[in-house]
Amino acid sequence: MFKKLTLSALAAVALTAGAANAAGDAGHVHDVDFSFEGPFGKYDQNQLQRGLKVYTEVCSSCHGLQYVPLRTLADEGGPHLPEDQVREYSTQFEVFDAELDDFREAKPADHFPASALEEAPDLSLMAKKRAAFHGPMGTGLNQLFRGIGGPEYIAGILTGYTGEEKEEAGTTFYENTAFPGGWIAMAPPLYGEDVDFDDGHSNDLHHEAEDLAAFLMWAAEPKMMARKQVGFTAVLLLSLLSVLLFLTNKKLWAPHKGKKTNV
Amino acid sequence: MSGIPHDHYEPKTGFEKWLHERLPVVGLVYDTIMIPTPKNLNWMWIWGIVLAFCLVLQIVTGIILAMHYTPHVDLAFASVEHIMRNVNGGHMLRYLHANGASLFFIAVYLHIFRGLYYGSYKSPREVTWIIGMLIYLAMMATGFLGYVLPWGQMSFWGATVITGLFGAVPFVGEAIQTWLLGGPSVDNATLNRFFSLHYLLPFVIAGLVIVHIWAFHTTGNSNPTGVEVRRGSKKEADADTLPFWPYFVIKDFFALAVVLVVFFAVVGFMPNYLGHPDNYIEANPLVTPAHIVPEWYYLPFYAILRAFTADVWVVQIASFVTGGIVDAKFFGVIAMFAAIFVMALAPWLDTSSVRSGRYRPMFKWWFALLALDFIVLMWAGAMPAEPPFSTISLIGATYWFAYFLVILPLLGVIEKPLQTPATIEDDFNAHYPKDASDDASAAK
Repeated sequence: MFKKLTLSALAAVALTAGAANAAGDAGHVHDVDFSFEGPFGKYDQNQLQRGLKVYTEVCSSCHGLQYVPLRTLADEGGPHLPEDQVREYSTQFEVFDAELDDFREAKPADHFPASALEEAPDLSLMAKKRAAFHGPMGTGLNQLFRGIGGPEYIAGILTGYTGEEKEEAGTTFYENTAFPGGWIAMAPPLYGEDVDFDDGHSNDLHHEAEDLAAFLMWAAEPKMMARKQVGFTAVLLLSLLSVLLFLTNKKLWAPHKGKKTNV
Repeated sequence: MSGIPHDHYEPKTGFEKWLHERLPVVGLVYDTIMIPTPKNLNWMWIWGIVLAFCLVLQIVTGIILAMHYTPHVDLAFASVEHIMRNVNGGHMLRYLHANGASLFFIAVYLHIFRGLYYGSYKSPREVTWIIGMLIYLAMMATGFLGYVLPWGQMSFWGATVITGLFGAVPFVGEAIQTWLLGGPSVDNATLNRFFSLHYLLPFVIAGLVIVHIWAFHTTGNSNPTGVEVRRGSKKEADADTLPFWPYFVIKDFFALAVVLVVFFAVVGFMPNYLGHPDNYIEANPLVTPAHIVPEWYYLPFYAILRAFTADVWVVQIASFVTGGIVDAKFFGVIAMFAAIFVMALAPWLDTSSVRSGRYRPMFKWWFALLALDFIVLMWAGAMPAEPPFSTISLIGATYWFAYFLVILPLLGVIEKPLQTPATIEDDFNAHYPKDASDDASAAK
């Protein structure tokens, strides 16, 4: 009886966890098959570099990445740019230096700047704070295989504009199928062919959106590949340990249990 | 300890004798880990070791996290991101700590429900049970305080809602709330004291755990039959028990390793599964999230809190009788704490002469319903406070109280329990009959 109850309790915990995040009228977001999903998923270094380019040339004019240190662009398991490129890339941003009491060119040791516009949210954690496994991703164990759903949300927003506009209290709102409530204040940032990729990769709207979403997932969770590696190693070693302990336990108890008739 | 006859530590070498006369610490450790343990314990008796592991894990990871965390409203959120990005292994430490809290609560709920099913709380283990309830309360407080520290939206609004509960106390509520927060609202003073207390409480828990273990080492473990270990002679006791080391240590470690496989899979592959995405948005007192949802482990009691709205007749009666002093909000707060209090009273509310649910045909069903009720309440607690969820919460809350206050006392009177085995040895041998070859080898 307890075995059954235990199982149902664990199942309930799993299900409730999803339900705990049940939000109101979430927009409609399609699942995207990103390379970094699932226990063995990895970031695609080229995709991250393309996404960085979209961010730099389009998003960064309004949105910041204030929690992301520029030097991490050189990290393995990220865009993995050569260090001299990172140094050169950094110079395009201006940061405030408290010692100089003035602005100066950014160095790799600095962070990306914060948002230039007050109403533009910072994008550092956008891929983790939106969507997650509720709404489009459903509940249950989907998250294990499909990721947390944040990048899908970002790609969904970028490709979800219908072209309809409305004005309310002096602000223009744009209809967007992925945005909760359906109307978003951000004008469509991407139309396709906004950026030319160095690797000649397709730059239609969907590819740009997905590349940017992948980059922002890395920005939100830069250590994901290291984490999965740890998880994999731990699961493997603990499984091995479980087997050894199982055998030890069996041998230890055998003289006291005699021959077992039922399991 | 435990009143069960067994071998005690005998200092042998000169140094051991010298030390033993001055500080019998080796003897204490020996007697603790060699405690005679009923040999029929099943797999539901492994959660204690998982809980001990969780406490150590949380303290170790927590102390390291505290080295890098900044308890200030302007810096806390950024310092967590600093831990996630710049501190060596910081992302693992934080995910282990956050998910460790969930493992802690999964284990404690299974541990508590094991106690409820097998009647572990009954005489003479009432003190163990009460201390366990205190540990559980301290865990809830620690978990809540810790969830505020990352200073995300759910941290801030969760703190606002929960401390608001104290504001519901008539007359002095507002003063208590201000005193708890260190100001009129959740702010820097709140964050600082929550950090301080979040660091303190785990050591209080550790102290309570020692007392918890001391208490059940005094009475001896309960077991699935609820039949006590025979204490008449060492021979009888030996037939019923095996020493904790190595038999149960190895068994528990095996179980712990299996639990940890799942735990590390969650931490490694979906560490944000049990968290709320809104907590990756920095706290903003001006923006209220659409739904403020507590962490999953509070949901059943959160559902009970919200179940008693102003249109429920017991609330109306309470309000009428007290001249409006007890309003719906205060009633909900009382109900939430009472839900845990009635559980703590289980040793005196359960009138059955039989300890284990295994031999109680009617109890089994009511207990299964209680477990289901707990899950339903957990689900309802996550839903918005509107029909039909409010009604479901109310039914769930009613059953929770009915189980402890009505069903447990009545069942003991009307139920006809099954025959329990005479001894633990009988139960064990019925499960693992020795065959002839074994007897032959034993005879040699």
